[in-house]
Amino acid sequence: MATAAHSASAYIRIFWILLVLTIVEVALVYMGLPKMLLAGLLVIFAVWKAALVAMHFMHLKFEKTTLAVVALTPFVLCVFLILMLLPDIFPR
Amino acid sequence: MSEAVAVHDAVEPAEAPLTPESWGKLGMWLFLAGDAMSFGGLIVGYGILRHASNNWPVPKDVLGINLTAFMTFLLIVSSVWMVLALAAIQEGDKPKFKKFLGLVILGGLLFLGCQAYEWTHLITERLPHVGISFSTHLFATTFFVLTGFHGMHVTGGVIYNTSVFAAVSRGRYVAKHVEIAGLYWHFVDLVWILIFTFVYLL
Repeated sequence: MATAAHSASAYIRIFWILLVLTIVEVALVYMGLPKMLLAGLLVIFAVWKAALVAMHFMHLKFEKTTLAVVALTPFVLCVFLILMLLPDIFPR
Repeated sequence: MSEAVAVHDAVEPAEAPLTPESWGKLGMWLFLAGDAMSFGGLIVGYGILRHASNNWPVPKDVLGINLTAFMTFLLIVSSVWMVLALAAIQEGDKPKFKKFLGLVILGGLLFLGCQAYEWTHLITERLPHVGISFSTHLFATTFFVLTGFHGMHVTGGVIYNTSVFAAVSRGRYVAKHVEIAGLYWHFVDLVWILIFTFVYLL
């Protein structure tokens, strides 16, 4: 375990980033942006925050690459799920 | 070939291939990957039902996002407390560990309290106000299924963390067990970040 990499100050730094991203997200919603632009930005912010939690709090950054592949599998399957349901989403 | 079989019979792998620290950690990661698929299925299903509907209300106006923004903050803070608790027990500082894990448990309970208040408020006031009921609109169905499924995970996490607190106090659990509990708790936080965006903000 790379204990040196998990210093308390590094965690606090991630916390501030997550907090700022959350505040920006809420502010974006109140700003009344065009719907598609808002949706795109919010998805980017959500994935960014989720990745920060997984990489730093769950230590994925310091684990073997294969474990990261295991952790990513559900997301790949979700993409396939969406692709499989596309005919239902956009019927001819 | 017969040699290979003999080797497999005699030698059991001593450490987990992906997580040399413990088998439990690998087990938790596999469980979380499966759990993520449950949440993924629910979120994708929600997205498709919402897309297919032509009278979906704006979530922000019906649900309100100020309380949930605070709940997001709560879970993020409790995640930080969890990593600080882990750092404390790795240094052998038990009192500090107990302080931070105690805060994690309190944060989880406070989150559940907020959710109970939110649900009560929605069911008795806000949803009837816009003419949506539990059983008549998919907006309510998907909302309660998704946040309810997540709330069950928080409940499970509070129970899990409490048992870890007790086990460490009695000296039965050490740092590696706390790390595994931490993985679960951070996952619950991660899922809430996604739910907050997809269900409340979008």
